[in-house]
Order: sequence, then structure tokens, then C-alpha cells
Amino acid sequence: MEFKTVVFYFLSAILVYAALRVITARNPVHAALHLVLSFFSAGGVWALLQAEFLAISIVLVYVGAVMVLFLFVVMMLDINIDRIREGFWNYLPLGAVVGLLMVVEMGAILGSQYLGAAEAQVPQTAAGVSNVKELGRLLFTEYVYPFELASVILLVALIAAIVLTHRGAKKTKYTDPAKQVFVKAADRIRVLQMPAEKQD
Amino acid sequence: MMDMLQQFIQGVFGPAWPVVWNLLKIVAVVAPLLLGVAYLTYFERKVIAYMHVRIGPNRVGPLGLIQPIADGLKLLLKEIIVPSGADKWVYLIAPGLAIAPALAAWAVVPFADGLGVANIDASLLYIMAIASMGVYGIILAGWASNSKYAFLGAMRSAAQMVSYEISMGFALVTVLMVSNSLNLTEIVRAQDHGIFAGMGLTFLSWNWLPLLPMFIVYLVSGVAETNRAPFDVVEGESEIVAGHMVEYSGMAFALFFLAEYANMILIAALTSLLFLGGWLSPVGFLPDGFFWLAAKMSFVLFLFLWFRATFPRYRFDQIMRLGWKVFIPVSLVWFTVVGVWMMSPLNIWK
Repeated sequence: MEFKTVVFYFLSAILVYAALRVITARNPVHAALHLVLSFFSAGGVWALLQAEFLAISIVLVYVGAVMVLFLFVVMMLDINIDRIREGFWNYLPLGAVVGLLMVVEMGAILGSQYLGAAEAQVPQTAAGVSNVKELGRLLFTEYVYPFELASVILLVALIAAIVLTHRGAKKTKYTDPAKQVFVKAADRIRVLQMPAEKQD
Repeated sequence: MMDMLQQFIQGVFGPAWPVVWNLLKIVAVVAPLLLGVAYLTYFERKVIAYMHVRIGPNRVGPLGLIQPIADGLKLLLKEIIVPSGADKWVYLIAPGLAIAPALAAWAVVPFADGLGVANIDASLLYIMAIASMGVYGIILAGWASNSKYAFLGAMRSAAQMVSYEISMGFALVTVLMVSNSLNLTEIVRAQDHGIFAGMGLTFLSWNWLPLLPMFIVYLVSGVAETNRAPFDVVEGESEIVAGHMVEYSGMAFALFFLAEYANMILIAALTSLLFLGGWLSPVGFLPDGFFWLAAKMSFVLFLFLWFRATFPRYRFDQIMRLGWKVFIPVSLVWFTVVGVWMMSPLNIWK
């Protein structure tokens, strides 16, 4: 067996185990941590496919930023697992249908190689060609409109999130650091000269 | 002679030679790094002591030079206590998660032209990705300790690190824009030519001058990323005891300590490589070499210590204000300025 294959199975085994633990772990923080692990192993699998930019960006964006904020929230929540599990049997049929649909869709894509529907050849990049550079060139030439559209949508989402959570001007008193920085001692303290009183 | 030796060694290890060779390279980087961490603590105590008009450590060995070894030995022999109610596994994994990224990032750092463990195309991106994982050690330590102070430290750290990563990222994007590469070796090479370099004054052609606002943003964000004073609200001894490290003892505590100092050295190395010309010599008539990188790193590290001895600790809202309302707008503006500059006929990075 080739070394690359060994690495692939190693990473995939971790990925599948971590993904399973995400939905079976009782502690939500443990579940989030397993999600981090599965992102990281997915990044490793992508690196094996020579998609170095994607591999590093999943670690940078999902592991480094998204999951940190996610953990931040999950740690502060008080989640009662038993209350969440209460409606398990009621929701099972709906969940099963959605799950089955997803399995069929994934099977259709992954199985197409065996069924001969699509030639899923991984394009091998020549050595010495920077993956990042090629990706950047493609994004800003061939896919420039979809790319710009996606960024505008993200910008709209960003502004929408701020508008939705912004509850008007603050009613509480607050300090203005800019003003604080420019305060001089003379504005706050008045030094008085008091003649000494005579003691008798 | 060397060829014969190399052949002999390759013959001994056979097909396992590449693995052994890479392991040797890793040891060659990590061992001096850990030694550097140990003596950085000594250097810090001495520098701050002289700034306070004290003497600093001077009992263990000549000039107190054995002090870091004694400290390390002491920590090694201490008991590791797991608090009751702590999440034992996460509690024990957290120090490892703190130190692993601090060491893994060194894999792509070049020490001189072509000298490093690995030279990959997207090395800057790799460092950003690995460094962004350092925060896990801290927040997990805070959460798993099952202690309020530790948890407060963790929350502060998560908010602070995520905020300063953005302006740091913009600084890096500007650098990669002017050097037209993500590769650290290429970024340094891009700094050795220009108008001033042609006159023999290479140090004026380094990125720090044309990208001065970014240099300052990067340096200060670096101090904030490593949770060093004046951004050390994460530890904040006078407010929350020691933040995420309250419950840790012995080697588990030492690992956090090592991670912090290894990160400091990493930031110093990156600042030197990205803005201060890495291993390039400041003037044309002196040869380039690792010596210059070491000198620049020491200078940046000295700045870290100087800041600690000089500035009082920021309040948390001031930290957030500096990150979001000052650094991000400044870096966005300079990012645009550099973009326009590069497209104009005055472009100096050709």
C-alpha cells in the first residue's frame, strides 16, 4: 500500500470517528471540540488532494475563527440534554426522511464514479505551480462576477446581523475613552494654598 | 569526506532516511527554541530589573545564568493537581493544545536563504492558520478548570485574540501584496532590491518603511496576540489572579509558559522576516546571514520586554476599542493606499 493511502485512511478514520462523536457526545463542549477535530482532519484530506489553499483556509476560517466563537457561545449556554431529547421519537420520522435523502444524494455523487456517470478525475497540478496563485487568477478572471456577488451577499449578511442585534442607542451612562485620554490633571484637580492654622 | 559520511548514514537507515532526516531537522529547530525560551525568561527578568534599578536574578550560577534551568527543574518536580469538578481530559489536553501550534508554526520559518525545516508555497497562510489555533489551549484550559477566574480569563482571551487576528491578517495581506508571494523566503528576497538598496542602504528598502502603519499595527497586534503586557488582561494578576492558568501547576503550567514565550519568539521572527528584511544585512557592504535575523529578533523581543516594563495594563474596553476602532480602519485605509500605489506609475515594488 502506498504511503499516501495509509495517511488517507488514517485521516478518514479520525474524521469519521470525530463526526460520529459530534452527534453522540453528551457534553456540548465535547461535541464542539470533536467538530474542530473533524474540520482539521478534513483539512488534512484536502491537503492530500493537493488543494493546499482549501486545506489551510478550512483551518484558518473554521477552526481558527468560527469554532472559537462557537465554543465561546456553547460554553456559556446551560444546555439540559434530557429536555432536548424529550421529543426524540416525535421528530424521528422527519429526521429519518431528511437523513435518507442526504444519503441518497451523497450516494448519487460518490457512486457516480462507479456507475460511469461522471469522470471524477482529480486534476494533478504540475509541480512548481502555486495552488494559491492559480486559484486567485481563476477567481478574478473566469469567476469574477460570481465571486463579487458572493462578497456582496456576505456584506449584506454582515450588515443585517448588526442591524438585527443592534437595539438602538445605549441608555446607560458610559465612558468615552477618547475624552479620558485627553484629560489633563489640571481639569480634575485643583491645588489650593491653605495657610497653616495657629495652634494654641 | 562528507559525501562518504552521508552515504554511510543513508546506508544505515535505508528507506527510513527521509523520516530520520526530517526528525533531525525538527530537533535542530525545537531544541534551540526551547533553550531560547528558557533564556528569554532570564533576559526578561534582567531587563525589567535594570529598568527598575534592581539587579534581577543573580544567585544561581554566575550572574544568575543557571536560574532558568533551576526554574524548569523546580516546575518539573511539582505535582500536577486536577481540581475536583474539572473536565479531566480537556483539562490535561489544554496545555498541549497551547504549545503544539506555538512549535508547529516554526516548520515553515526560514532562518537564512533556503535554511529551514520546510519551504512551502503558502507558508504565510500556514503560519496564520496554525497561529489561530493557539487560542484553543487558553479557552479550553479556562473552561475545563471549572473555576470562575479561569473562565473569565478564557472569555477575555477568546474575544481579544479574535479581534486582533483581523488587523494582523490585514497587515499580512498588505505584505503579501507588495511581495507578490505567500512564501516567506520570497517575501524576504523581495526586500533586497529597490531605490535605497541600489544606493547600498538596504535597510531603507525593507517593508517597514513603505508599510510603516502596517508595521506598527502588526507589532502591537503581535503583543496583543501573545497576551503580553500591556494586553495581559487574560492573566491580569490583580483582577482575575492568573486567568486561565489559575488551577494549573507543575509541568502543565510550564507548558502554558513555554507556549507564551515560544509565541513571542515566533512573532519576533515573523516581524523580522516580513518587515525588517529577515537575514538581509542592513547595508550593502556586509554579508547577509542568520546573524542578522537573530539580531533583529532579539531587538523585537527587547521591545516586548520594554513594553512590559513601561506601560500599565489596558482596560478591557480600551483593548477592544484599539483593536476594532483604530487598528482595523487604519489597516483598511493603508491596504487601499498600497493597492492604489501599486497600480500607479509610482509603484516601487516592481
